[in-house]
Amino acid sequence: MSTRTDKIDELSARAADDAGVSLAAAAWRRLRRNPVFLAGAGIIVLFVVLAAAAPWLAPHDPSVPMLGDQVVKARNQIPAVQDGHPLGGDQNGRDLLSRLLLGSQQTLLVGVFATLIGLGGGLLLGTLAGALGGWVDTVVMRAVDVMLSIPGLLLAVSIGALFAQPNQYTVILAVAIVQIPIFARLLRGTMLAQRHSDHVLAARSLGVKQRAIVFRHMLPNSLGPVIVQATLVLAIAIIEAAALSFLGLGNPDDRIPEWGQMLGQAQTVIDSHPQLAFWPAGCIIVVALGFTLVGESLREALDPKSRR
Amino acid sequence: MLRYTIRRLLQLLVVVLVLSLLLFAWLRSLPGGPVSALLGERATAETRERLTEELGLNEPIFVQYLKFVGRALTGDFGVSTGVQPGDSAAEIFVQRFPATLELSILAIVIALAVGIPLGYLAARRRGGILDNLSVVSSLIGVAVPVFFLAFLLKQVFAVDLGWFPTAGRQAGGIDATRVTGFFVLDGLLTQEWDAAWDALRHLILPAIALASIPFSVVFRITRASVLDVVDEDYVRTAESKGLTSPVIRRRHVMRNAMLPVVTTIGLQTGALLAGAVLTEKVFAFPGIGQALALGFERRDYPVLLLLILCAAGVFVLINLLVDLSYAVIDPRIRTRGVR
Repeated sequence: MSTRTDKIDELSARAADDAGVSLAAAAWRRLRRNPVFLAGAGIIVLFVVLAAAAPWLAPHDPSVPMLGDQVVKARNQIPAVQDGHPLGGDQNGRDLLSRLLLGSQQTLLVGVFATLIGLGGGLLLGTLAGALGGWVDTVVMRAVDVMLSIPGLLLAVSIGALFAQPNQYTVILAVAIVQIPIFARLLRGTMLAQRHSDHVLAARSLGVKQRAIVFRHMLPNSLGPVIVQATLVLAIAIIEAAALSFLGLGNPDDRIPEWGQMLGQAQTVIDSHPQLAFWPAGCIIVVALGFTLVGESLREALDPKSRR
Repeated sequence: MLRYTIRRLLQLLVVVLVLSLLLFAWLRSLPGGPVSALLGERATAETRERLTEELGLNEPIFVQYLKFVGRALTGDFGVSTGVQPGDSAAEIFVQRFPATLELSILAIVIALAVGIPLGYLAARRRGGILDNLSVVSSLIGVAVPVFFLAFLLKQVFAVDLGWFPTAGRQAGGIDATRVTGFFVLDGLLTQEWDAAWDALRHLILPAIALASIPFSVVFRITRASVLDVVDEDYVRTAESKGLTSPVIRRRHVMRNAMLPVVTTIGLQTGALLAGAVLTEKVFAFPGIGQALALGFERRDYPVLLLLILCAAGVFVLINLLVDLSYAVIDPRIRTRGVR
């Protein structure tokens, strides 16, 4: 069979599939069969379960330096792998496996809260600009342009540096604020594109109030790309939080472990004890990959062009 | 075209002015401050006061800002208090900018040289092994923190294998003549081949680490837009006219597929600068990024202000160039006139 008739078969099969279902339902159908999405979702589910069960799974208290007697700072000696400590200890003699397990909680929280704050701020600004237009649009978008003109990490570092005592909340805030203009611009773009579209015109001519048009018609239709972006930002937020730690602007209080912080702190001993960096870095990479895979497959599934 | 360019340049000016005011206020509100950074915690109140006065930090902030703008117009951006104490901020910028530029250019060249052909091949053999492998590796590339990749490269290729130097821009023993500040170019211009080679060797690992950011994007955009373009009617027309495949590839597929790639390169400038902060720190590479990292550590206001402003200016400027380059690549925009 030639490739062309193959394509026609495929198209007609797709069309029958998608007939009479909403975009979201059609997207879900495509996602269910997409190995990329399944792999990403599997990773995320696994780590969420691990994070939830961490207090029971962790063999030791992650904040207690129980192997402290094996740490010799002067000779750069760090507890090795031993009975009861399958990954050994960290530079302060705490059990590495327990810190990794509990670290998943804090890391996921940083990602989720940074994304939610960025999304919330962007949603507010983008909706205002896109729905109202006029001078509101101009003012908001110029402010967004100025924010976007500073490279993301530099902005996060500037915000992080504002606080005398960095802690987990300042890290979340620094990473989140960087995302606000990106969400705002995205949302404003999709809202603007709809302002003169037929369904909005129809609603307006039926006498639907402006507020209802914005919230019931325009906003729901703009959410697709926003959800995609939010999934990708979850990965970015976790990586950027690690970068802040690496630059010395992370949370210095390490009683509650977080992977980015563990990686940042490991840089001083990385030459002699690379495992202290490899484990948290590996976890960050796998989780970030999970969110990226889900985000990319969502983007594909929600893009009408890729329905071919 | 000219009017559009002028309007965009004026916009750039406004952005830089607003940004300078914001940054000025912002950096002044940072905790710590240069006085503690310079004198340490144990200085007496008297010496602190004297230095505060000397640096002009006791005046109202808007007076400080106006004075700063006045001096900035004459090219005086203040004296570094932390990164290289005593040197002027402008001097630090002039010294370090070529280093970061050299590094970024090499990183972009690597990303384009690998990303575009790979993207093309992956698209032409969609679903094949090469396609799947390169898609997966580009996704992993996004997920790996760039400073960790830099550490990894340094550890394996510089420390363990010893193929490349671990830090800096030039080996200590080499006495190279400086012409432009671009070390590789300098070596080539003065025909000091060993100096050029040595500088290049210092660049390779950081550039590869830095290239991981634009590579993923360049690869994915190339692949997606080639996939878009090969289905177009004009490509089929070209095929049925009997044009050879290199000609179709060059004139019909790639020329059209490159448009989104060019946009991406512009947008990647910001990410590259951010990546440079991390990569340069790992390789102790004396560029803008390292100065920024040090500047934040030591609260060096004049240096931070100038460097962030320049970073933003370069970012906006490059995106302007990208917009203008559309007209060159895409004749439709040229004839339609620019919005």
